[in-house]
Amino acid sequence: MVTESDSIVAETAARIFADLADPQTINRARDGHWKEPLWRALSEAGLTLAWVPEKQGGAGASLADGFAILGVAGRFAAPVPLAETLIAGWLLARAGIKAPAGAMTVAPARPRDRITLNADGTLSGRASGIPFAKESKHIAVVASGNKGAVIALVKTDDCRMSDGQNLAGDAVNNVTFERTKAIHSAPADFDPSALMLMGSTVRSVEAAGALQTILSLSVRYANERVAFERPIGKFQAVQQNLARLAGETAAALAAAGSAADTIAQSVAFDDTVLLEAASAKIRSGEAAAEGSAIAHQVHGAIGFTNEHVLHRFTLRLLSWRDDFGSESYWAAALGNLVAQRGANNFWPMLAAR
Amino acid sequence: MSTDLRFDQIRLPPACDKLRAEVRAFLAEEVAAGTFVPDRPGHGDTHDRAFSKRVGAKGWIGMTWPKKYGGHERNFLERYVVTEEFRIANAPVRLHFVADRQSGPILLKYAPEHIKQDILPRICRGELCFVIGMSEPGSGSDLFAAKTKATKVDGGWRINGSKIWTSNAHIADYMLALFRTSPASKENRRYGLTQFLVDMKSPGIAVNPIYQMTGQHDFNEVVFDDTFVPDDHMLGEIDGAWKQATSELAYERSGPERFLETYYVLAELVRALGPDPDLRSAEGLGRLVAQLHTLRRMSVSVAGMLQAGKEPVVEASIVKDLGTIWEQKLPERVRDLSAFLEPDASNRVTLDEQIAFALTVAPKLTIQGGTTEILRGIIARGLGLR
Repeated sequence: MVTESDSIVAETAARIFADLADPQTINRARDGHWKEPLWRALSEAGLTLAWVPEKQGGAGASLADGFAILGVAGRFAAPVPLAETLIAGWLLARAGIKAPAGAMTVAPARPRDRITLNADGTLSGRASGIPFAKESKHIAVVASGNKGAVIALVKTDDCRMSDGQNLAGDAVNNVTFERTKAIHSAPADFDPSALMLMGSTVRSVEAAGALQTILSLSVRYANERVAFERPIGKFQAVQQNLARLAGETAAALAAAGSAADTIAQSVAFDDTVLLEAASAKIRSGEAAAEGSAIAHQVHGAIGFTNEHVLHRFTLRLLSWRDDFGSESYWAAALGNLVAQRGANNFWPMLAAR
Repeated sequence: MSTDLRFDQIRLPPACDKLRAEVRAFLAEEVAAGTFVPDRPGHGDTHDRAFSKRVGAKGWIGMTWPKKYGGHERNFLERYVVTEEFRIANAPVRLHFVADRQSGPILLKYAPEHIKQDILPRICRGELCFVIGMSEPGSGSDLFAAKTKATKVDGGWRINGSKIWTSNAHIADYMLALFRTSPASKENRRYGLTQFLVDMKSPGIAVNPIYQMTGQHDFNEVVFDDTFVPDDHMLGEIDGAWKQATSELAYERSGPERFLETYYVLAELVRALGPDPDLRSAEGLGRLVAQLHTLRRMSVSVAGMLQAGKEPVVEASIVKDLGTIWEQKLPERVRDLSAFLEPDASNRVTLDEQIAFALTVAPKLTIQGGTTEILRGIIARGLGLR
């Protein structure tokens, strides 16, 4: 993964988020008035369509740069569909469909959901748990037609959507396609499992970013908060907990970075990508659970308040685990892959890179 | 002091593929010749002088050291590949491994030229076993409480006291030891220890075996009774060993041996489950694979950063903390996942034996080479908490 310091676009993203999506400021805001200026700045800087080639109206950034942007987005955990719009743009680009302006999301976002392309070019099916569907103008859809997979672009207004939100209060909607008109559709050498692998890696990268933030918040708090006449960070019990949080953060960072780097270097979504993306989603999901619990334990009661920003990160960390395949889903997939390859091929598979 | 953690994405250079194939071919030949049995746990923790010499002849000891000392001037990622392939195969590396990993690099840095010329080529040939003389009866994790004394005499030093838990001392040629040359100072309790190279054949050294709970003999007590160590065997700064002890730790802590110690139970579980495991087994296996893959990617990343001249001290300590806890829990997880296996699975007996062995080995994994608690203290310091 290109890290923030190596990537100019990631630096730009960091500057925009720091200026317009400061977690403390957003947390105090009574409404979503901060969203429009943030989205405009991200959009004007070319970040929302980073993965769309220039000739299709995007910024034409590399996959590595896009992942670096998402690492930054994770560190701020701002509730805007930046990751979803990036993936949607990437998906549309694979089918040569021009990306529209504005926020987008993708469907399906759960491994078992299937959407079909009807003979008349409309879409049918149900996709559950679509992040930010209600806040997006368009959905990029991977559907199966009778001649193979297609990528289609639909307007969210043309779909039926449930109300719903994740643990952090961000829109997550079940979307029903009932002979829904596709604005564009094109065949793609691509299936929903590839979208799950990409989406998982994106979520893992964001989770690693959010874990970095809760680590830094927790260490700072432990150095400031005094109890028993010294900063609580001087107590070994607290130090051991924070060291564990650092370990979980490190694991998520390394796993997500490895998966992102693999996808950025690969031409196909093959078994190597499955090993990497599944491992990243599983390990970052485990780190999200362990890490959030430690961060809250260190912060005590103040971290459990609405007023404190910690929940902005921990609740999203916990929620992101469910998008594009949970840890359990990927673990079964990875276990089956290893079992099919057999014991003698197990180590060579791990050591291939 | 910072909470910024970094894991550069390291892809093993193409030269590593060829090397890995060579190592696998060599190990397969050794297995065919009956040198060791790969699915026999514990073999990796045994020694075989003839085997170590053959490894040396291949150029796989002291791989990164200068050619003028018998080394091969290859990079740390190539050494990494060799280390992990030997571990996975359970090859008997005990004789040369410590010298290759940490004693040689210390000698390279601090020994006088003629000592380097004499000893390093012999390490590279797989002829020498080194041991680490740190722990004492009253000094374990608290390294700087060491009392064993080196007293200045004409032409050298006289050593009196004892070291304990000294793995391999009964087969060792040399020890790299910390001895007290001055009392600790008020300002710096780490002051006053000096690093020495000790020839284990010197008069006045008694090695007494200490048997472990696994039934193996690895630990020893090493008693020094007026043992003479010549002046040129003092390494680095007098009273200043505390400055020398830390820089090598990143290498010691982050290698593949810090999470692969019980790997064999996982490979054997894959064999036992067969190609079509039930959902519970598949999920359980998948989680372990994800955790192992992540540890390896972290460890490779640290090796790559070290090769690039960076000092990922906190990251290296994290690899050891996470890695040793993982390899310690692995036999428990594999035991759970094997609970519903068919009793007549073809490798059931092997798997059960391996789990039994791994369970008895497991407690030491988070103690040796820096306990979990000490590592987390180091990580906490790196985070800016102490």
